[in-house]
Amino acid sequence: MLRYLLHKLALIIPTVFGISLAAFAFVRLLPGDPILALAGERGVSPERYAQLIEQFGYNRPYVIQYLEYIGRVLTGDFGISIATKRPVLGEFQALFPATLELATVALIIAVLLGIPAGIFAAVKRGSWFDQATMGVALTGYSMPIFWWGLLLIIFFSGYLGWTPVSGRIGLQYFFRPTTGFMLIDSLISGRSGAFKSAVSHLILPSIVLATIPLAVIARQTRSAMLEVLGEDYVRTARAKGLAPRRVIGLHAFRNALIPVVTTIGLQVGTLMAGAILTETIFSWPGIGKWMIDAIGKRDYVVVQSGLLIIALIVMAVNLIVDVLYAVINPRIRVQ
Amino acid sequence: MKKKLTFAAALLAASVLGGMANAKQLVYCSEASPAGFDPSPWSGGNDFDASSRTIYSRLVEFEHGKTTISPGLAESWTVSDDGLEYTFKLRPGVKFQTTDYFTPTRDLNADDVIFSFERQWKKESPWYSYLEGTGWEYFTGMGFPDLLKEIVKVDDLTVKFVLNKPEVAFLPDLGMDFASIVSKEYADQLDKAGTRQQFTQKPVGTGPFQFVDYQVDAVVRYAAWDGYFGGRQKIDDLIFAITPDPAVRAQKLKAGECDIMSYPAPADIAGLQGDANLKVDEQEGLNIGYLAYNTTLPPFDKVEVRKALNMAVNKKAIIDAVYQGAGAPAINPIPPTMWSYNKDIKDDPYDPEAAKKMLADAGVKDLSMKIWAMPVSRPYNPNAQRVAELIQADYAAVGVKAEIVSYEWTEYRQRGKAKDRDGAFQLGWTGDNGDPDNFFFLLGCDAIGQSNYAIWCNQEFEALLKKGKATTDVAERTKIYEEAQVVFKREAPWLTIAHSKVFMPMNKKVSGFVMDPLGIHRFDGVDVTE
Repeated sequence: MLRYLLHKLALIIPTVFGISLAAFAFVRLLPGDPILALAGERGVSPERYAQLIEQFGYNRPYVIQYLEYIGRVLTGDFGISIATKRPVLGEFQALFPATLELATVALIIAVLLGIPAGIFAAVKRGSWFDQATMGVALTGYSMPIFWWGLLLIIFFSGYLGWTPVSGRIGLQYFFRPTTGFMLIDSLISGRSGAFKSAVSHLILPSIVLATIPLAVIARQTRSAMLEVLGEDYVRTARAKGLAPRRVIGLHAFRNALIPVVTTIGLQVGTLMAGAILTETIFSWPGIGKWMIDAIGKRDYVVVQSGLLIIALIVMAVNLIVDVLYAVINPRIRVQ
Repeated sequence: MKKKLTFAAALLAASVLGGMANAKQLVYCSEASPAGFDPSPWSGGNDFDASSRTIYSRLVEFEHGKTTISPGLAESWTVSDDGLEYTFKLRPGVKFQTTDYFTPTRDLNADDVIFSFERQWKKESPWYSYLEGTGWEYFTGMGFPDLLKEIVKVDDLTVKFVLNKPEVAFLPDLGMDFASIVSKEYADQLDKAGTRQQFTQKPVGTGPFQFVDYQVDAVVRYAAWDGYFGGRQKIDDLIFAITPDPAVRAQKLKAGECDIMSYPAPADIAGLQGDANLKVDEQEGLNIGYLAYNTTLPPFDKVEVRKALNMAVNKKAIIDAVYQGAGAPAINPIPPTMWSYNKDIKDDPYDPEAAKKMLADAGVKDLSMKIWAMPVSRPYNPNAQRVAELIQADYAAVGVKAEIVSYEWTEYRQRGKAKDRDGAFQLGWTGDNGDPDNFFFLLGCDAIGQSNYAIWCNQEFEALLKKGKATTDVAERTKIYEEAQVVFKREAPWLTIAHSKVFMPMNKKVSGFVMDPLGIHRFDGVDVTE
């Protein structure tokens, strides 16, 4: 197991360097530059432009800029935002709990609804339930997040008035964050109604963010289950007279889990991407909105370091998924 | 007194933290997060709303809802005959805000004024570069490094600005956000503690509201400053709920989650106006949307070609389709609400037949050109792509083939400045100090390569501009600028498209909010009926 883990860790190192290089190059390939973005419509004289470019060091060869950047990253210094002049890591740490909270709740919704829906659709293959579930899943998968979010706001917040429109908690609740996770902070704040307000603010954004992963998990579970249900050992288990629930739950589902767990692991990336739009619609102060703002302002430092930090997190989650594989199926360790 | 104020600040912070039940609160749905709370390094309207207009004050202030200036921290001033010396008498007893991170030991004095400017000006000041990569772009962009000769402390409450050359817009310039007055004593305290960065994160000013808390990208909280020299505000708490999407802002306003919002989408305005709980204030914007020809390249170097193209465009159709009625066709390069606007100038008539003939007379046949369309919506032009399409169709009617081009926003402006840029370039401007020169400078010879996208350097116009800047008498300046507008219209370096209207939807319980022609959002004097 240790060897397996070391092997996986060894693969991560070149990936991290690859991603850092891609992030560094990506932001510089974008048209526009941070100095002009900072100057706004008033513009900046060519002399002043040259002065600022030199001050930021963007006139030096890319190789030098990259080596200096990666050197600082290796010492834990992710740089200072060009736009806000605040340390990138500090901004990330302040905003990440909001994204993590939203993504976790969305993933829980997606898993809790997606897996049972996939199993039932597979067991009742061809039934109205199967067709309806897969139809809804396909719709969810194809729905543009921006439109879907706005639609839910207009209906549930605007028309019915059941949920708040946006934000993380009612503005009447003001307490300094302890953990950054509003559900926890509101609970420990001791303010009556704060937790309820935090939950109500999470409902719509988490549903919107969960929509695509839910659809993907449901479809993947269904297809994995269908494959397993046709296997000889499942037929044997049925022939032995085992209760259908036991056949499906113990024999079929456990063996269908590997691709489902893989899919769930991959959804972390999807959630991060989805968070960008979801957070913008719901004014959710997380890293998705932060990255969008940084790209708009061509804030090289935030974009390259933000992408790297996000990639590191996604890689860590994938490593955990790989370890889970090995736990679920010991043969993987040997291979 | 000091103890009293400290106690008041502590009480205020405690009450805000505890969510005092009967506090009068105003929630403003703002459009973007402030980059910081130092009023000088940044240039975005949202940065100013969150810092300079709430927390700080200036020597002179724009009158609420107007572009004329009135005394601010300076209760009076004198200008020398040669226009080179401005001496300001400071208001006595002005208190800096007492917060849980700073307790002032003295009132505002000349040292604060000098520090506020020198930190943006003198490279040897440790505060010049206290933020990595700070350019002090507004201070530099307004020409202050060349304009200022020295700032002298005459006595504690008297400060003199000595200029290198006369500058008639100097007083309005001092009413701008970058000229907000900060506390030197607070800066010294941070210097000693080695925490200069805190200057922009935990601000201290003399304005109507004091800073309480900022949750990044989410909420900014302020409380009324009891020691404000203009009197305590009627509302206790001011909250900025940062909501970037205009449709979501509108929904929040309708749902009662905020009391007032900025920049509604044109499509939402009718719905907001129809809501019984809301009212929508509107005002002519101090702005201009234009299309600049490259006057150095043929055939646009010929006045008659530029005039003909202007006459080919149906501006009314653009106002109706793109501005959805919320705008007026522009005739001059300055808006009609600006003093010195020349009412006698007639616009080039919409006359495709005459335009066709003028092009033929100028020897222009089968003209192909580019129309540049901004990739973003701006207050002066909500949809440049659609405007370009309408102009393209109008041009086609007079035999001109136009291709629409667009680039990423900063790239767009950069490419637009190129001397060999083809065709006509859409852009616009929103005034920031109410002085006509703040619009005319866009067409100055010095602005080529910066903000003069017509690459137009007309000596007659330039001479008038320079004369206007050196004249202190308003009546005389008005005449000069009226003449400059005649030259502009005759030479037609731009197609002046529109001046847009600005809307401010709010709950009916909000009173006292005055729309500002400069596009800033001020909450002093605002009240909420419970």
